Amino acid sequence: MKKLLALLLSLVMVLSFAACSGEETAKDGDFKIGFIFLHDENSTYDKNFIDAALAATEAMGLGADQVMMKKNIPESAECYDAAADLADAGCDIVFADSFGHEDFIIQAAKEYPDVTFCHATGTKAHTENLDNFYNAFASIYEGRYLVGVAAGLKINEMIANGDITEAQAKMGYVGAYPYAEVKSGLTSFFLGARSVCPTVTMDVKFTNSWFDIAAEKETANALMADGCVLISQHADSEGAPKACEEKGVPNVAYNLDTRDWGPNTALVSSKINWQPYFEHIIDATMNGKEITQDFCGGLKDGVVEILGLNDKVAAEGTAEKLEEVKAQLIAGEIKVFDTATFTVDGKTLESYMADVDSDEAFTPDTEVVADGYFHESEFRSAPYFDVDIDGITIK
Amino acid sequence: MTNNTHHTHEPLIQVSKRDDMTWYGSWAVRAIAIVLALAVCGIVTVLLTGLDPISVYVSMFEGNFGTSRRLWAMLKELSLLLCVSLAVTPAFKMKFWNIGAEGQTLVGALACSACMILLSGKIPSALLIPVMLVASVVAALVWAVVPAYFKAKFGTNETLFTLMMNYIAMQLVSFCIVFWENPKNSNTVGVINSDSMLGWLPSVGGQKYAMAVIVVALLTVIMYIYLRYSKQGYEISVVGESQNTARYVGINVKKVIIRTMAISGALCGVAGFLIVSGVDHSITTSSAGGMGFTAIMVSWLAKFNPLFMVLTSLLIVFLECGAGQIATAFDLNHSVADILTGIILFFIIGSEFFIGYKIRFRTKKKEA
Repeated sequence: MKKLLALLLSLVMVLSFAACSGEETAKDGDFKIGFIFLHDENSTYDKNFIDAALAATEAMGLGADQVMMKKNIPESAECYDAAADLADAGCDIVFADSFGHEDFIIQAAKEYPDVTFCHATGTKAHTENLDNFYNAFASIYEGRYLVGVAAGLKINEMIANGDITEAQAKMGYVGAYPYAEVKSGLTSFFLGARSVCPTVTMDVKFTNSWFDIAAEKETANALMADGCVLISQHADSEGAPKACEEKGVPNVAYNLDTRDWGPNTALVSSKINWQPYFEHIIDATMNGKEITQDFCGGLKDGVVEILGLNDKVAAEGTAEKLEEVKAQLIAGEIKVFDTATFTVDGKTLESYMADVDSDEAFTPDTEVVADGYFHESEFRSAPYFDVDIDGITIK
Repeated sequence: MTNNTHHTHEPLIQVSKRDDMTWYGSWAVRAIAIVLALAVCGIVTVLLTGLDPISVYVSMFEGNFGTSRRLWAMLKELSLLLCVSLAVTPAFKMKFWNIGAEGQTLVGALACSACMILLSGKIPSALLIPVMLVASVVAALVWAVVPAYFKAKFGTNETLFTLMMNYIAMQLVSFCIVFWENPKNSNTVGVINSDSMLGWLPSVGGQKYAMAVIVVALLTVIMYIYLRYSKQGYEISVVGESQNTARYVGINVKKVIIRTMAISGALCGVAGFLIVSGVDHSITTSSAGGMGFTAIMVSWLAKFNPLFMVLTSLLIVFLECGAGQIATAFDLNHSVADILTGIILFFIIGSEFFIGYKIRFRTKKKEA
């Protein structure tokens, strides 16, 4: 009997100690952030997020036990399970990186009102009216415009060298889906190139997949066989850059410095640097500040970046020109979607109603052309420019 | 001196079939296989990552049983995989190589989401779920009966036929997504009826996946009884053993083939219904998630016994859920977890060989 009592007492003591120590850690240092990624490092899209997450959490002084990453999470109920599991594990913020994750993250956000849920590339934060659900994107069209300028300069050099005639100045673009995000990107790229090379045109082909190495390679090859003298892409694999290296055609990449894949053809790349955003949400959550509901970073805050400018490939003076245009973009002297620089079916775009607030019928609800330019990413962070302009041929 | 060496060639290893393994003997072989697999996994883990293998195994358990949410997520995966496995079992027992469970499930899921999208608000909501279930079952049944009919009537190759039907199903889903995508051109359907929750399976006791688990548990028992005690179940075994025998004893083989594939397809339809109505509330080309193929392994490993299939599907789901947890807990690439899963499956499938066959090495003859 005595033994039993002693055992019980000691058990109570141990448990109370455990309870005490539990409370102590609950006060500080138990901030946790959880990430959900669609693929792993093998996808350039996800690698860009993963690298930024590692850099941001290190810069904010978070320990390894304060960061949880779930990779290869498909856009299904598994995403909801993963988000809820991270919330259960004590995460204060749950972040997901893929467009298709959004609905499942919202589902989890409704169930865990005390946890902050952030989602990149989504569209619903400004219409769902949840206190704990946030979207983020970037005005990547500015970056695309800049790399377009580099592409235009390269084509000018080819014309000056007599490699091609002005009429042969045709670029090729490997797109994923004919979705606004992709169209906004390819149009800004084209407008950047045409701002320095007035005769340039562009062919676009879609792979209908975000990540398909073989299809991206095939598509790039088909475009080159069709006479495209420079290739860019909005798809996540090494398919197009490697195809360009084989054929010796300059390539403009996205999200990654691709000089390893194409030392002789990789020209330049643009990317979204998510680190400032991650630092923003970590800082805000830790210190009780407000998170931007629909965050849209750009060139000026270092969220949109130009990287991997390859001196071996780029035309002379590219770096200087890019600096100059970048400064003008930041100052607002150049508007990427300036309606004076493009036409739609031969006419200037005077008015455009975009579907900014997602609804089932996709009703265009917002006038986005004003003051002589198309206001991209201003009414919500995710792109909504989906106009087919003259000079670009969709194949 | 005389040389007495025989000149008849005896192979180094002789393999012969055996039927004499006792039940405890065969379970001992399986247990040894698992222990060996864990040992090899441990060595590989240390060599590849330098991590302590025990903590890796602990984390696998945590991935499955760590919290009640994980337990339910595991049960959900288990019941979906088990449902598709139950579906392929009668066909495989009949030696009808149905490689098309993936497509049959997908078509079921497609029919289910079509009802959810097109009929919500147009028919009474009490009717919606039964209509969805019937539509899923009928669609998947048709997808399964078409190759069965051609096999029975014209002797076409069912492996190729069912396999190709998978691709048609996938393209059909892609095609429909174009009309249903939300937002436009995003190529995703998103969660259907996310506000009204019309057509969502109700939760039981606060658990949203409980309904799926209950349905599949019932189906497992029914399938066990059907295969073991019903006349039709017996006919399936006979046709599977020998079609000539079946014909000789007066079984209508064509009828059995078509009927069995209809059952197979109908169950895939139930799986598709559970995926859309009970779990994802959405549809993509990968809604079936490769389960149609994994199910074949589940079914074979369990020797077509639905009760054993609970165990074999648990094994596979356990490895999958555990693999995800390892990748998160130790920040490893998913491939490491996949390697470990591969090793464990290799040993378990290998153990079946040692249960079914006897191995004898050439013994050296003593020289006189």
